[in-house]
Amino acid sequence: MKTYTNTGNKDTRSGFGAGLTELGKTNENVVALCADLIGSLKMDDFKANHPERFFQVGIAEANMIGLAAGMTIGGKIPFTGTFANFSTGRVYDQIRQSVAYSDKNVKICASHAGLTLGEDGATHQILEDIGLMKMLPGMTVINTCDYNQTKAATIAIAEHHGPVYLRFGRPKVANFTPEDQTFEIGKAIRLTEGNDVTIVATGHLVWEALEAAKELNAKGISAEVINIHTIKPLDDKAILDSVAKTGCIVTAEEHNYLGGLGESVARILAQHHPTPQEFVATNDTFGESGTPEQLMHKYGLNANAIVNASEKVFKKK
Amino acid sequence: MPNTQQLQDFTTQVRRDILRMVHKVNSGHPGGSLGCAEFFVALYQDIMDRKDTFDMDGIGEDLFFLSNGHISPVFYSVLARSGYFPVEELNTFRLINSRLQGHPTTHEGLPGIRVASGSLGQGFSVALGAAQTKKLNGDKHLVYSLHGDGELQEGQNWEGIMYAAGNNVDNIISTIDLNGQQIDGSTDVVLPMGSLRAKFEAFGWTVVDIEKGNDIDAILKGMAEAKSLTGKGKPVCVLLKTVMGNGVDFMMHTHAWHGKAPNDEQLEIGLVQNPETLGDY
Repeated sequence: MKTYTNTGNKDTRSGFGAGLTELGKTNENVVALCADLIGSLKMDDFKANHPERFFQVGIAEANMIGLAAGMTIGGKIPFTGTFANFSTGRVYDQIRQSVAYSDKNVKICASHAGLTLGEDGATHQILEDIGLMKMLPGMTVINTCDYNQTKAATIAIAEHHGPVYLRFGRPKVANFTPEDQTFEIGKAIRLTEGNDVTIVATGHLVWEALEAAKELNAKGISAEVINIHTIKPLDDKAILDSVAKTGCIVTAEEHNYLGGLGESVARILAQHHPTPQEFVATNDTFGESGTPEQLMHKYGLNANAIVNASEKVFKKK
Repeated sequence: MPNTQQLQDFTTQVRRDILRMVHKVNSGHPGGSLGCAEFFVALYQDIMDRKDTFDMDGIGEDLFFLSNGHISPVFYSVLARSGYFPVEELNTFRLINSRLQGHPTTHEGLPGIRVASGSLGQGFSVALGAAQTKKLNGDKHLVYSLHGDGELQEGQNWEGIMYAAGNNVDNIISTIDLNGQQIDGSTDVVLPMGSLRAKFEAFGWTVVDIEKGNDIDAILKGMAEAKSLTGKGKPVCVLLKTVMGNGVDFMMHTHAWHGKAPNDEQLEIGLVQNPETLGDY
């Protein structure tokens, strides 16, 4: 089984900051907006290097989204930055009308997604944002898994015309994807080859899926791990090709099972290749305060949960 | 530039278009549309420096954003008669497969529209964003926007209004259609807003009053003053006092025609009061 090396824990939000810094140098049309969270979003570098292209909007997310929509008129490519909760739920109608329906080239970049914000609790966590964003016609939805991939995705979305939701997080997690990767929107990445179970994971759960695959391998179950960084448009073929071989699937995400990656995968399977599926996701609940590790354990979002789900679904074949 | 009489004739035709559009589909918003007819005509036929052909980016020309999208009939009529799309297309207003949706949208590719509006309160932010990009592009042209008075009850407006002064966005002229009416009644009854002049000034804007917002000359004079106040570090707000339903006597001074179409008989009365000038579509 192919294995991956963690080159050192890093936060995905810093990958976003690094990508934005790179874009500042290479694309003069890129502008950045932030709603009073420059440090949290790691936008300090861009602000320092390009003050004329950086817009501090204050604690006013609705205005930030509208400003970004307007800034596209005249050729700018706005990147907005705030927490995932305030990037989506708080401004849903602004995104819907001024960005998505108006087909504006806005990149909505959201940190602190999921439970792993930790101690701040449910008001600042969000487990519904993938669902909210994937339902918007024309919206591309991306949830990256580590620092390197987040940096590459940030750079890639500037070249894609149309609204994008880029979701990442706060905790320092394993950094294991190649530093020099080219990010291809909508193209799943098969990380391990296996014959017994397919594990489709997104975001922070991708590394957990790799850890789970090692454990499963030791138990004699060969797992095929697929990194689905783009939830919309979904790489149907990668999923269908894999389940044609394995015959069962586990989906894993730091999100509610309602409206998440798992449901998107289930739809593809129901239409084209009905397959036993287990969901590693939160079960229609809000989060709470705690350390990221405690929360991921309590809500069943770690390697252990993926192993259990894989064994369960394997028996259903 | 057209003279006042020509602009008035243009406005009379726009009123006919508005009445005929909403009558045909028995839906739409004639009251606010009629109240802003002179303003739209003055804007598109005189005030704005704009190109003959439409491109979304609008670099090197003035831009206009309609925030209170429900007054789409007046917007569509003036856009069509200003050459953005065939006047005959006004026949398709609110019909299936039309580019003239109930509320304006870019989604169907209608020339002249740069953002969707309808869900209220979003236009300030979008117009301010476009104004910021004009500055980044070194484009000296202005951004104009129009907002309903009742619409100012939406909180997002005040986020944008605060942002504009704080960031010296002085290449924008935002006009408030002060007709004092909204769907459920007068703005004073639904949710009193107090002095808008005091509010905008407190938020750091320069305010220009146009008391006679249905008088072409008064609009031209007031907007010229507003334009002279741009580029001085502060955003400019125009408080345009209009009469809802203006030009059709039974529709005036009431909120009753906010979102209601005239019947056959009422249409005839309205058309008699506004004789054909440029030719019906």
